Amino acid sequence: MGIRPTRMVALSAACMLALAACSSDSGGGETAGGDASEGAMTEFAAGSTMATLSEQGSITIGTKFDQPLFGLVGPDGVPVGFDVEIATLIAGKLGIAPEDIEWTETVSGNREPFIQDGRVDIVVATYTINDDRKQVVDFAGPYYEAGQSLLVAKDDESIGGPDDLAGKKVCSVDGSTPAGNIAENYPDTELVTFAAYTDCLDPLRNGQIDAVTTDNVILAGYVAESPDDFKVVGDPFTAEPYGIGLMKGDDEFRTWINDTLEESFADGSWTAAWEATAGTVLPTPEPPAVDRY
Amino acid sequence: MESVLESMPEYLAGFRMTLYLTVMSGVLSLLLGTFLAACRVSPLKSLRTVATVIVEVGRNTPLTLVFVFFVFILPALGIIFPLGTIPAVIALTVYTSAFVCEAVRSGINSVGIGQAEAARAIGLGSVNTLWLIVLPQALRSVVPPLISVLIALAKNTSVASGFAVIELTATGRGLARDYPADVIWMLLGVAAFYLLITVPAGAMAGWVERKVVFSR
Repeated sequence: MGIRPTRMVALSAACMLALAACSSDSGGGETAGGDASEGAMTEFAAGSTMATLSEQGSITIGTKFDQPLFGLVGPDGVPVGFDVEIATLIAGKLGIAPEDIEWTETVSGNREPFIQDGRVDIVVATYTINDDRKQVVDFAGPYYEAGQSLLVAKDDESIGGPDDLAGKKVCSVDGSTPAGNIAENYPDTELVTFAAYTDCLDPLRNGQIDAVTTDNVILAGYVAESPDDFKVVGDPFTAEPYGIGLMKGDDEFRTWINDTLEESFADGSWTAAWEATAGTVLPTPEPPAVDRY
Repeated sequence: MESVLESMPEYLAGFRMTLYLTVMSGVLSLLLGTFLAACRVSPLKSLRTVATVIVEVGRNTPLTLVFVFFVFILPALGIIFPLGTIPAVIALTVYTSAFVCEAVRSGINSVGIGQAEAARAIGLGSVNTLWLIVLPQALRSVVPPLISVLIALAKNTSVASGFAVIELTATGRGLARDYPADVIWMLLGVAAFYLLITVPAGAMAGWVERKVVFSR
């Protein structure tokens, strides 16, 4: 007897949830991708990853949740940024709407295992293509080429590039590619590592460290936030081609993503995605050449 | 697997740092914790209050926040330490000494009240009563919990990896980056080095316990 009112409450709660979901859907659908409706069912070869994903109507994508301009989660729990736009574009070509994408946070250390275990279908997470990683996963792209650079205090004239770093304290993230590069190629530098790049900023303001190093696009985000405190010095001294990670050996899927990327370079949707995100603080670059290894 | 052996120099450097943090903060926490325990049972109300506040704050704050306080908040208030091991040792010591204090205090409470009364009766003051009569008995009875606290400390040093200290865990993350095909092996290697500290510590606890045991 006592169950009835509870059921009513549950039912009305479910209704409210459904309503809420509807309203947020219509809001999200307008902004992102746009291709979802128009990508309606190109024919995919039976048994291919594309056919499977497009049939199930959803995709799990790994991205960064803490990278301004590329993949940053806001208060609503949905990541935004250039990586997210690129991923949405690819999902759209599979006929998957933005709201059917399941975003999974991948950090630098877990991208390979997540792909290998099939916990994510693709990874779009400022993921530098390199030969070590190619042994365990495959990469489509690149869809952007970044490079490692240096962030210093606005009034610091002593550092103009990586060769001025001997004896200086340089901050980066524990286990990241830029930290590895400094340790390997500039051994006279004192490397200081934190869990996140944002942790390096206050010590730089306080003078406890001399420079912060990571990809130029990330540093540009920090300069945009506090132009009076920081500046980026010198030209990028590495090439970091960002690729889309996927299961090793799925060449069909890789070729298809490469085709999709080239299409987006040609039809302007790549440029539109850039200008809506990272392009707000950075100049719009030329799309890189896709590497079909 | 070979890549684990190949990275032995990196592992050893990380291991040395973890060991340094453990030993340094371990010794300091034992001293500070015992001192705090002495304050908490002292006849002076002000000493008791100060010690209680320090212990409750240290014991009830997550270690990561203690680190954030010493690495980010104090510098923002103008108190700037060099980054790296110094704030890490301070944070670990503040945190661990709270647990040491409570273990030692429970030992002090386990010593019969008659012992302190007898010490008073032969004319010892409160400092001497504690130092000569009560503490020697109390410390013997709290060896097992103290070793547990120190084992926890050895593992807690991994929090420092997020705060400008390159110890075992940070080394492991760097190695996982350099050998993407062997991430699992690299992390198992890190775990093995932690065991190298904690398992002997447990064995030592048993040995010390047998040495100092006494019957009441």
